[in-house]
Amino acid sequence: MHTKKNDYTFVIKPKTALLDINLAEIWRYRDLVLLLVRRDFVSFYKQTILGPIWFLVQPLLTTFMYMLIFGNIAKLSTDGIPQILFYLAGVTCWSYFAECLTKTSETFTANAAIFGKVYFPRLIIPISIIISCMIRLAIQVSLFFIVLAYYLIFTKEGVHITWAAALFPVLIIMMGLLGLGLGIIFSSLTTKYRDLRFLLAFGVQLLMFATPVVYPLSMTSEKYRWIIAANPFTSIIETFRFAFLGSGEFNLSYFMYSLVFTLVLLAIGVVVFNKVEKSFMDTV
Amino acid sequence: MSDSAIKVEGVSKLYRLGEIGTGTISHDLNRWWHRVRGKEDPYAILGEENKRDTKGSDWVWAIQDINFDVKKGEVLGIIGKNGAGKSTLLKVLSRVTSPTKGIVKSSGRIASLLEVGTGFHPELTGRENIFLNGAILGMTKTDIKRNFDEIVDFSGVERYIDTPVKRYSSGMYVRLAFAVAAYLEPEILIVDEVLAVGDAEFQKKCLGRMKDVSVNDGRTVLFVSHNMAAVRQLCTSAIVLKNGKLVFEGTQNEGVNYYQSSHNTNSEYIHDGNIEDALGNDNIRLLRFEVKPATGNVISVSSGFEIDIEFFNAKENINLDVTVEMKNTDEIVVFHTGTVISDDRSSKRGIYRVKTAVPVNDINAGVYKFKIIFGESQRYVLYAMEDVIQFEIMNEASGSNSSILPGIMRLQVPFETTFLK
Repeated sequence: MHTKKNDYTFVIKPKTALLDINLAEIWRYRDLVLLLVRRDFVSFYKQTILGPIWFLVQPLLTTFMYMLIFGNIAKLSTDGIPQILFYLAGVTCWSYFAECLTKTSETFTANAAIFGKVYFPRLIIPISIIISCMIRLAIQVSLFFIVLAYYLIFTKEGVHITWAAALFPVLIIMMGLLGLGLGIIFSSLTTKYRDLRFLLAFGVQLLMFATPVVYPLSMTSEKYRWIIAANPFTSIIETFRFAFLGSGEFNLSYFMYSLVFTLVLLAIGVVVFNKVEKSFMDTV
Repeated sequence: MSDSAIKVEGVSKLYRLGEIGTGTISHDLNRWWHRVRGKEDPYAILGEENKRDTKGSDWVWAIQDINFDVKKGEVLGIIGKNGAGKSTLLKVLSRVTSPTKGIVKSSGRIASLLEVGTGFHPELTGRENIFLNGAILGMTKTDIKRNFDEIVDFSGVERYIDTPVKRYSSGMYVRLAFAVAAYLEPEILIVDEVLAVGDAEFQKKCLGRMKDVSVNDGRTVLFVSHNMAAVRQLCTSAIVLKNGKLVFEGTQNEGVNYYQSSHNTNSEYIHDGNIEDALGNDNIRLLRFEVKPATGNVISVSSGFEIDIEFFNAKENINLDVTVEMKNTDEIVVFHTGTVISDDRSSKRGIYRVKTAVPVNDINAGVYKFKIIFGESQRYVLYAMEDVIQFEIMNEASGSNSSILPGIMRLQVPFETTFLK
């Protein structure tokens, strides 16, 4: 075997190009992604009796609470959809996004101990978080589908599945990437400026009310609708409801806006993340 | 001719001291503005040599302009005092943080072992943690599966392999963690002082495995240690760092010798210049405090050492006494002893010299520091000074055991053995 004198495979330099993700390297660490996902999943229900059932308790209780407060006390419209379905759809999507966002936003601060000792592509952590959340989502979505199936088969309520259900995988990926993009921007900035952590904590709560989670977009007045529609998550959740409940409508321009917004945000996130991951150990 | 495995060219790392967070936005903006105009980082200019005991600018070069080259299959020892920049260098080499300047080229994958058990999750079982930790260190699932039995065997915790590691004793935990690391198969392995774990038997096993990796598998190893015996035994070459700079490069024996002879620099306090500027007060001025090996050039457990003190006394006609107190790094007082200089009110104004010696094989290897107390009539303190000097007693192998023995004392007492039945 002959190797040339200056045949170096790895080079460590102070600064690198703006967008320098080594996809091949991330792929080489795919086993780590799976093991981290497994760790998150297994450690979540170790020493519990109900185990993964806990994944269902949270959306169910939240849904019942929303039915009581927004549905029956505040009497907000649900576009003629059974309340449980309407809120369950909103809660499932929103909690997936919120979890992706808050968990990835802690990437650097929560893993400083590991990052300080071993190198692996730092993006592995947020990627594994998104996949962990997706498993959780899968469990929660099946709950939604069971409730949906009940209404479709046993009742004559105005619920129907539309063609947009084919967009389901796209919607899931968009929600995840939106959470990821925003999350890694936050995680990159919080390494130096911890203030953002506090902003994020209640920001997520406030953002939920700027998103049609507990109310339909059709209920907002024409005058303020653009504010709600400017939120990229709005069209995702509206499309989700349109797809499975047949409520509201599918607006292509809103949807394309969300898609572009997600991709741009993700690109910015990766660039910022890339820049920070080189030296965050010095400031964290 | 062998190829080089790692080539380090002009690597430097700038650190900011003090609290990070306040005023960083303005600094960041300022740096950005300089960068936009293509000028040099305004704060980098202020960077000083890394000396911990002198105060100066807020910016410090933890390592500065490091150049070296490691050939394939070589085992390089990196030695230096605490704070010499060893860890920073390892962090840069293992890509945990990026250098401020310079470039590192390597042929082959680098795996670093700055700590054992990184990423161990307490809730997961030993088996699950082997896979997780292995993957974090860069192994694939197939690699781990192939070596799984050997890892378990090496760790010696087979019986507990399906028990969560939070139930492990700390020794078992560390053994399992090291076992995973021992079966890493990168082209280049970087090892920080992780060998200082486990009992003597396990340490020997680890050293053996390291030797195995370099000799039989022909891998390149970078090894950081304070254990000079291990460096001599394992390494084929060595570099010495001091205040962030590379001060020596050569074979392992040359490196260790260089380090040991240059190491004891702060084992002395010598004041030259005006007596009034020396450490002390109006009663006493300390002019010199030295600790020297009684034999040879290096203070080691078998060299014994001498304490040599010179001071200026301003008080005439008192009962003067002087006491030295030696402490180890855990602040445990090893001894506190002194002498009466004058007991009939006969002290003179002027310079005194006091000498004493600590016998061979009394005190174990380690870092120690001295406090000095000047007293009157063994009752009043004229002047006392903590941590006047600090020095290290080097270890020396006792029989076939090359690691540092436990205990503050290292007595060599005669044993009498009789066969009774």
